[in-house]
Amino acid sequence: MLSLTGVHTHIGQYHILQGVDLVLPHGELTVLLGRNGAGKTTTLRTIMGLWHASRGALVFDGSDITQTATADIACAGIAYVPENMGIFSDLTVHENLVLAARDGEPDKARLEWIFGFFPALKKFWNQAAGTLSGGQKQMLAIARAIVEPRKLLLVDEPTKGLAPAIIQSLITAFRELKAMETTILLVEQNFNFVRSLGDSVAVMDDGRIVHVGPMAELSENLDLQQKLLGLSLDTHQ
Amino acid sequence: MTTTATSALADSELPRLRLDVAPLLLLPILALLALPLVGSFPTWVTLTIAGLAMGMMIFIMASGLTLVFGLMDVLNFGHGAFVSVGAFTATLVLLPMQGWMQADSVLLNLSALGLAIALAVLVTGALGWAFERVIIIPVYGQHLKQILITMGGMIVAEQMIHVIWGPDQIPLPLPASFRGVLLFGDVAVEKYRLLAVAVGLIVFAAMFLVLNRTKVGLLIRAGVENSEMVEALGYRIRRLFVGVFVAGSALAGLGGVLWGLYREMLTAAMGSDLMVPVFIVIIIGGLGSVGGCFIGAMLVALVANYAGFLAPKIALVSNILLMVSILLWRPQGLFPVAKR
Ligand SMILES: Nc1ncnc2c1ncn2[C@@H]1O[C@H](COP(=O)(O)OP(=O)(O)OP(=O)(O)O)[C@@H](O)[C@H]1O
Ligand SMILES: [Mg+2]
Repeated sequence: MLSLTGVHTHIGQYHILQGVDLVLPHGELTVLLGRNGAGKTTTLRTIMGLWHASRGALVFDGSDITQTATADIACAGIAYVPENMGIFSDLTVHENLVLAARDGEPDKARLEWIFGFFPALKKFWNQAAGTLSGGQKQMLAIARAIVEPRKLLLVDEPTKGLAPAIIQSLITAFRELKAMETTILLVEQNFNFVRSLGDSVAVMDDGRIVHVGPMAELSENLDLQQKLLGLSLDTHQ
Repeated sequence: MTTTATSALADSELPRLRLDVAPLLLLPILALLALPLVGSFPTWVTLTIAGLAMGMMIFIMASGLTLVFGLMDVLNFGHGAFVSVGAFTATLVLLPMQGWMQADSVLLNLSALGLAIALAVLVTGALGWAFERVIIIPVYGQHLKQILITMGGMIVAEQMIHVIWGPDQIPLPLPASFRGVLLFGDVAVEKYRLLAVAVGLIVFAAMFLVLNRTKVGLLIRAGVENSEMVEALGYRIRRLFVGVFVAGSALAGLGGVLWGLYREMLTAAMGSDLMVPVFIVIIIGGLGSVGGCFIGAMLVALVANYAGFLAPKIALVSNILLMVSILLWRPQGLFPVAKR
């Protein structure tokens, strides 16, 4: 579905991504782990075209998107939930979703499906999104990305700062998306959240991918967890 | 991480209400405070309407500029050029059509005005489009260069006006039916000011409808808050920006026509002279906020009129004092725009 080959990204004079190789197979949920500052967000932003790769190639669905403009990447079928959620606080929940649907009103049946796991969105349909709580904002950010079926979903740390009950509804949402064979790249620090969701896992450090493998392997192998998650998590928690 | 107890509530908790009425109250409070100071009711009404008329014209000129800044972080110090060009372009219609302008018929007067405004808006809109291509595109993201090159653009535009229309001021008489005053008992109100208020309200209502009821409007408001996310949802922010820039330039042209008639005299520098209050207004209102721009324009103009009457000596600095006190209260302006 998407492949990154030897991707380097510079932000100003800083060399952030230093040769990222990553393949996202169709219909799978890939988890991207890594310590703070490893380059996870930069990877997602590079895929989205918000930073452009200075070297290497990104191929999505058969076409090269390395130099494609962000709006065209979005129209090609990639949806993005940024780390800061990027909701439009001045607009209502409804208006946020109208913009996300791109042409016209969001599909009724699909909305009902989303309300199934994010009921708060239905309740606050005509409220300014800025008045929502942090968890509700995250629901809206994800709803925006899935209000129309897209080919690939990029989600950056959706559980950051959220309470367990809300995390539970996010898990439900991702389960449903997986059941519909959506391809997902999920950046997370919270290993317990992604352990049951991920098909495969990639670990980043210092702008490179340092491990790729099935989630099952990492889930069962405590030594590997120690090695990789020690790298990715312990030093920060 | 919050506790489980609050998390159970999280889903049902009511969003906090953010009805921000305090800035709206400033206007009536200011007007009521001025009443005893001014002393005479008819004078107060005259001053207030003069202030509102002036405020409407400043709003029309400033509204595009605040969106241009909000959407793309572009500081356009050349905006005043559109004001001057708009006013001078209108003379191409108004001076040859003095027959209609001075006729004793509201219809003929308004037709001449309407034609002049249409031409001014077309010309300044087109000029805005060219200005964006030639002057703004090369300096995206570089504030210092934006300031320098847009100021340069304004100087060039002023010189072009001198070349085309000569170095002298051009008198621009009001149409016959909008000269003089209407009397309501003791209260005298200049007719043209009422017209300016009406046009200002129409522009404000139209902008309000576009921004709140159309998809383009939603995209503009969303883009002012987070242009990157608008792109990531699949919209080209640049196209949106060009549209806003052209519309803002055309509005400045309209403001220029109204202001020129108000003063009944045109100078090439009128646009640049007006940029001081215009910038004060968009700073007071909160950069990127059209509603804030509207309230800010009314405040600036009312204060200028009251101060001009009560204490002509401080009238010159009254705008600065107003801006300082508002920024002490709300450092981001009356209606701060949430930025990513
Ligand atoms: N706008 C920027 N300008 C300069 N450096 C940046 C910028 N954004 C990110 N960086 C740097 O790039 C590196 C990678 O950042 P990135 O945000 O991709 O990390 P991350 O893995 O997402 O971290 P986190 O887990 O904290 O979100 C960091 O060292 C960061 O300081
Ligand atoms: Mg990050």
